[in-house]
Amino acid sequence: MSDFSVEQIKNLHKRFEQLSGNEETISRENLENIPALANNPIRRQIIGAFFDKRNQHQNEVGSFEEIGFEQFLMVMSHFRPPTLKTTEEERETMRKEKLRFLFNMHDTDNDGTITLEEYRKAVEELLSKSGAIGQEAAKAIADAAMLEVASTNVPHMAPDDFYEGITFEHFEQILKGLEMESRMHIRFLDVDTTTMHCGRSTS
Amino acid sequence: MAVLRLTRSSSGPRLTEFICVLLLVLVSVASASRDVVPGSNETWGNPARATQDDPHHQTNSTGHKKAFPVLSFHYEEVKKPLEISLWILLALLMKLGFHIIPRVSNVVPESCLLIFVGLLVGGIIKAIGGEAPGLDAKLFFYYLLPPIILDAGYFLPIRPFTENLGTILVFAVVGTLWNAFFIGGMMYGVVDLLSCLLFGSIISAVDPVAVLAVFEEIHINELLHILVFGESLLNDAVTVVLYHLFKEFAHAGTVTVADAFLGVVCFFVVSLGGIMVGAIYGILGAFTSRFTAHTRVIEPLFVFLYSYMAYLSAEVFHLSGIMSLIACGVVMRPYVEANISHKSYTTIKYFLKMWSSVSETLIFIFLGVSTVAGPHAWNWTFVIVTVILCLVSRVLGVIGLTYIINKFRIVKLTKKDQFIVAYGGLRGAIAFSLGFLLTDSDMKNLFLTAIITVIFFTVFVQGMTIRPLVELLAVKKKKESKGSINEEIHTQFLDHLLTGIEDICGHYGHHHWKDKLNRFNKAYVKRWLIRGERSTEPQLISFYNKMEMKQAMMLVESGSAAKLPTIVSSVSMQNIQTKGPARRRAIPSISKSREEEIRKILRANLQKTRQRLRSYSRHDLLIDPFEDVSEVRFRKQRVEMERRVSFNSDCDMSHYLTVPAKSQETPPVRKVCFESEHQIYTYDDSESPRGSAQASRPHPSSPDAVSLLDESPQRPSQRGALRTRGDAEVRAKAPDDKEEQDQLKLSRCLSDPGPKKDEEEDGSFLS
Repeated sequence: MSDFSVEQIKNLHKRFEQLSGNEETISRENLENIPALANNPIRRQIIGAFFDKRNQHQNEVGSFEEIGFEQFLMVMSHFRPPTLKTTEEERETMRKEKLRFLFNMHDTDNDGTITLEEYRKAVEELLSKSGAIGQEAAKAIADAAMLEVASTNVPHMAPDDFYEGITFEHFEQILKGLEMESRMHIRFLDVDTTTMHCGRSTS
Repeated sequence: MAVLRLTRSSSGPRLTEFICVLLLVLVSVASASRDVVPGSNETWGNPARATQDDPHHQTNSTGHKKAFPVLSFHYEEVKKPLEISLWILLALLMKLGFHIIPRVSNVVPESCLLIFVGLLVGGIIKAIGGEAPGLDAKLFFYYLLPPIILDAGYFLPIRPFTENLGTILVFAVVGTLWNAFFIGGMMYGVVDLLSCLLFGSIISAVDPVAVLAVFEEIHINELLHILVFGESLLNDAVTVVLYHLFKEFAHAGTVTVADAFLGVVCFFVVSLGGIMVGAIYGILGAFTSRFTAHTRVIEPLFVFLYSYMAYLSAEVFHLSGIMSLIACGVVMRPYVEANISHKSYTTIKYFLKMWSSVSETLIFIFLGVSTVAGPHAWNWTFVIVTVILCLVSRVLGVIGLTYIINKFRIVKLTKKDQFIVAYGGLRGAIAFSLGFLLTDSDMKNLFLTAIITVIFFTVFVQGMTIRPLVELLAVKKKKESKGSINEEIHTQFLDHLLTGIEDICGHYGHHHWKDKLNRFNKAYVKRWLIRGERSTEPQLISFYNKMEMKQAMMLVESGSAAKLPTIVSSVSMQNIQTKGPARRRAIPSISKSREEEIRKILRANLQKTRQRLRSYSRHDLLIDPFEDVSEVRFRKQRVEMERRVSFNSDCDMSHYLTVPAKSQETPPVRKVCFESEHQIYTYDDSESPRGSAQASRPHPSSPDAVSLLDESPQRPSQRGALRTRGDAEVRAKAPDDKEEQDQLKLSRCLSDPGPKKDEEEDGSFLS
């Protein structure tokens, strides 16, 4: 959180005030009312992530009803990009942090694993804007994906064994090729919310 | 003949070498024959014509009659096609030869070897006394270059390209400009400024053919590859503008500010115009492919022809043909691939690879031949200074630009990356051809010599040393992508997530606009350009289908080749499927097309080694016999069941144990059947409503479990009043005819627990 520059914090604060209607906290409705989010298939999960206590890194579980600016900033900090000065170690931590964020988005019942049901739900949501074709195929895709995770991580299972769910280690393993620390970021360089209404941002 | 005395072990490569040499000689003779033979050809030609005229005279002449020529030699008539074919054949045999001789191809990149061969051929031709053909500029630009560019453009990896587009453009435009002016400016003094600048503009552009040829063999990581390669493609616009600009003004002699301004405008026109022309042809091609469902055979031709037309149309207006071709390929591809058949796709892929391969080979050979052939004006200082300046300007340009670019990039370019980008700036045949097109003869030879030297230097020295340098510097290599469905799911997920976060921040960044473009594409464009229901198919699903097809094909191939697949894992669907309540439908619903595929594949595979099917079934999603089975079999089996039931059950009594029910209006009867083949269970609770009682479910893998044949409740009129019980229902599938014949499995038969149709728990059921 301390890695944000003063400029960026100011901009985010401006945006926070805009969303909350100049209140101290924002609730889910405030976020749901953002018009641009309406087209996003995983809208619910994104909003849920903001109110998820696990993303505050204070070893709490559950969810908030409303969040303040500090919590808002904490969630945003997951999307910082690495700089030239970031060391290898720091990159590792960053990657873990971001993967953890994604993991929490899938693991809705907070039992430490992503079960087949949860994964199916996630894929269904992803395809939720694609109508009937999406729903049919979602199951098959989720099953195939789960099978892939199981086969890569635990290649030799006896027929009676049961693969409980994707643990965080397995999750890391399968997404290792994506280089999350460079991919999961947004450009905070010129976040200037006042230009939002005019259209294009300055970055 | 030495051939006959060769030992068997080494006869392969030696024979090839011998044939290569023979062909070399043949080609040289054929080309040289142009000068040497024409005289004799006429004498040969004439008798032929004379004999044809003769019949007219024959009737008049009294006795002189020539014998009918049984065998005559008409070389002139087939000369052109024959020469072309011989050259191409030579090129291909050389390519073949290099790969058979392994030691050489590991050290020296193919392009060097090919130039060397060209030099040899040129030397032989000159020795014979003929005139070696130079690299004709028209031949190069209209026939040899387009296939290579189309191949590159059609298969351009879009994601890394668009992610790094800013960097690529800066290198291509600013970098090339810097190179041209630096070299041209430094050379001032040798000749007048404008000619120098012209020379600079020719020599400054990184060449896509050379880059492709060298980089393809070293397999560096995607980022560097796309940076250098993208730069080599996009700098064409700059090259075209500068070349024409300076060529015009070299005659005029002076340049004014207005001219410079016009030059800048021209640049935008050339590049954007080229892209637009390409995009228009791309859309036309995509639209045409929508209607080719009934004429699949000509589908690939549309792709090739529209792209070639895009190139030629751009050349008509002196727009950038390369950018037009790239734009056409990129625009056309997603829509065309959704419309064409799989075979057409394979055809397109292989034809493009084939043509580009031949073109590349020919280009390098001709480079070699032209070197021997062309008139040279060797000027030590000019050449050496040119080579040094090229290197220096490239290094300086890359370092300077990277410094600026890194301020805007997220994934910064390290020093290693910069070195590879700088070192990979190879010059090639485009520079040579542009030089060839110059008309001013005294400058031309000077320039041509220098250009050839630079090309040789970059291709030989840099091309040969880049591979050990890459190893030495431990540059990241290309990672083997296995097409993981998890990665695809999460890539899409990330896209949506980042778009959402951007929206929450109120920040209209890359993801926002990309998302907008995608939605526009989906809502309007796809509907026009893609036929049928595929226009609404989301990307994840098409990816998944493609992967399934690939896996299925791999399975079929490996089944027949008696090879085990690389990932032998014993995990199958049952390991991850929870044994939940009976309600859940465990058959994944699948679409018709997937059914078809599965059926086809199963049919094909089952005809081969059946044993192996068993060992694969453990890990492969498609034919796990314990879980997923096509609905077709299910229906077939249902039909069979009905057939059996419709028979008088007395006939088949031996197979059934009908347990008599207690008296009731509709006594429930359970038939137990001895399953003789291996069983596949599906859990289907669709038929009748369930009470809350759930019997324990049978474990799917236990072969001893009883199989119950429960007739559906919709047929009460069948003999024996078959009504299902309210409890857990298992439909055992009678096997397909083609399934293996197992031993007769003894099944435990159960007694009907009781007539009451209440929700009583039954313990004596299936285990």
